[in-house]
Amino acid sequence: MKQLLSFVRKEFYHILRDKTTILILLLMPIIQIILFGFALTTEVKDTRVAVLIPQSDEITTKLVERIHASSYFDVVNTIQSSYEIQKTFRDSQAKLVLVFENDFAAKLKHDGIAHIQLIADATDPNAATSFTFYVSNIIASYQQDMIGTMKNPYQITPEVKMLYNPQMIGAFNFVPGVLGMILILICAMMTSIAIVREKEKGTMEILLVSPMRPIYTILAKITPYFVLSCINFLTIIILSVFVLKVPIAGSFFTLVIISMLYIFVALALGLLISTLTESQVAAMLISGMALMIPVMLLSGMIFPIENMPLPLQIFSNVIPARWYISAVKLVMIQGLGFSAIIKEMLVLSFMAITLIVISLKKFKVRLE
Amino acid sequence: MDNVITATNLTKQFGHFTAVDQISFEVERGEIFGFLGANGAGKTTAMRMLCGLSKPTSGIGTVAGFDIHTQTEKVKKNIGYMSQKFSLYDDLKVWENIELFGGIYGMNDQDIKVKTDKLMYELNFEKERNMLVASLPLGFKQKLAFSVAIFHQPQVVFLDEPTGGVDPVTRRMFWEMIYKAAENGITVFVTTHYMDEAEYCNRVSIMVDGRIEALDSPKNLKAHYSAKNMDEVFQKLARKSQRKE
Repeated sequence: MKQLLSFVRKEFYHILRDKTTILILLLMPIIQIILFGFALTTEVKDTRVAVLIPQSDEITTKLVERIHASSYFDVVNTIQSSYEIQKTFRDSQAKLVLVFENDFAAKLKHDGIAHIQLIADATDPNAATSFTFYVSNIIASYQQDMIGTMKNPYQITPEVKMLYNPQMIGAFNFVPGVLGMILILICAMMTSIAIVREKEKGTMEILLVSPMRPIYTILAKITPYFVLSCINFLTIIILSVFVLKVPIAGSFFTLVIISMLYIFVALALGLLISTLTESQVAAMLISGMALMIPVMLLSGMIFPIENMPLPLQIFSNVIPARWYISAVKLVMIQGLGFSAIIKEMLVLSFMAITLIVISLKKFKVRLE
Repeated sequence: MDNVITATNLTKQFGHFTAVDQISFEVERGEIFGFLGANGAGKTTAMRMLCGLSKPTSGIGTVAGFDIHTQTEKVKKNIGYMSQKFSLYDDLKVWENIELFGGIYGMNDQDIKVKTDKLMYELNFEKERNMLVASLPLGFKQKLAFSVAIFHQPQVVFLDEPTGGVDPVTRRMFWEMIYKAAENGITVFVTTHYMDEAEYCNRVSIMVDGRIEALDSPKNLKAHYSAKNMDEVFQKLARKSQRKE
């Protein structure tokens, strides 16, 4: 026990003396949450719009006013001819151009039909889909108001209800993602680097010759990163609840349990990486390539797994973050209980046991 | 005879390659035993077997009275080890390194404190006590690494090329520390490339291609091979090597 305590204390010295690293580790979750929360949002806001109106009339004016009044759009420019449309996009003056037909109000009154063309900059297809959808809605609602009391025998009015996230806040989706990424990054990458550093500096040799049992070495190595991960977990949760206003719909206790399990998987993964590599750079590259990129791209954090090609969907099953993120969404956002995440718990437990068994075996082999 | 290390037909094979081929020798308590050999002669492998890091393929060995096959944990408790990198933790202070290794070898806090004070005084290290190891000159690190290796009063200390990259004056001072440790009853098992250092040993073994080709006091070896110094003895023996490095 004394051995273990001396060793754990040493590990804390290592971490606390490396000021840059500890600062990065503690600030990373905060920066990520702020970045994802405020900068990298997929919500549409203040999209710049230009309008082409051949003849201004009562209806076009009102319609443009209404679009401008919504928080999604800013009408920045009124252009006179279709030649200017190209130029508007080329100079990035607007993301969307509304082209009204000639004699808009007159046609609407006499023929009962008039056209508006929406020309969108689809460089970012997601954004283009969103804002054309919003502008169509505004036009539809204006039309609804115009019809007003007029009788319409057949009318189907869809009423959309957004469950779990009624205001469609992006944070609801990325908070679980950031949790999944930060925890695996800190646990796996830092643990593997910490162990490999001992190999590189030659101190591992001294430890192996000493009566220190390998399991103690491992425990002592992972303890500080476990503590750090818990701090990061709390930071992210506090920030998301109080700054981003993402409530914890389910039980906090269940969330903690699944997170501990996930941290354990990540630590085991770091251990495994450390037994496979001989240099800190290699450990970092493997963690970076093998963990970061799949976690970001294939865990469902950014792109929905359902939309991926089948081989990638199958591959995503081996990524621990996928199961964790799914469990966090179920508990934190949907507010479901323990029984809803049994599958995720089982998969993560299985991964944890497998990884621990393999890396302990590998670690022993090195003693020979 | 009080033998601290015994090896009988100790052999280590890696696949078809026999790194250490049936070596047999004894080391007495308090002896300074030089373990020489060219690179790749099997020195390190032999030493790793004695330290309990590597299981012998065949043969018998005991260190500090414990079997190196079955009692590796006990062997490890009773030996000290210093590598050629003087491996200490750079980002730990001098006293923290000592405290850590004291703790790993199961010493209690009181013992560690008393012995640390004594050691700092003896090494004249009182100023450096609170400094990070990274900021120490190489000679200081070497002294400290040796002191840490024998801090828990092991029966044997294994030194793997302990003077690499250090100037002759510092080397000489280091050997004085080795003598002092031997006087205190610690057996010293040392590998080296410097033939002048071989002269300081009580007895020397020279390994060639996994076998011990010669084992005696430097004086007898020089007489036997009619050589002026140990360097000549070594050259004569090492030239027989068939192994490529």
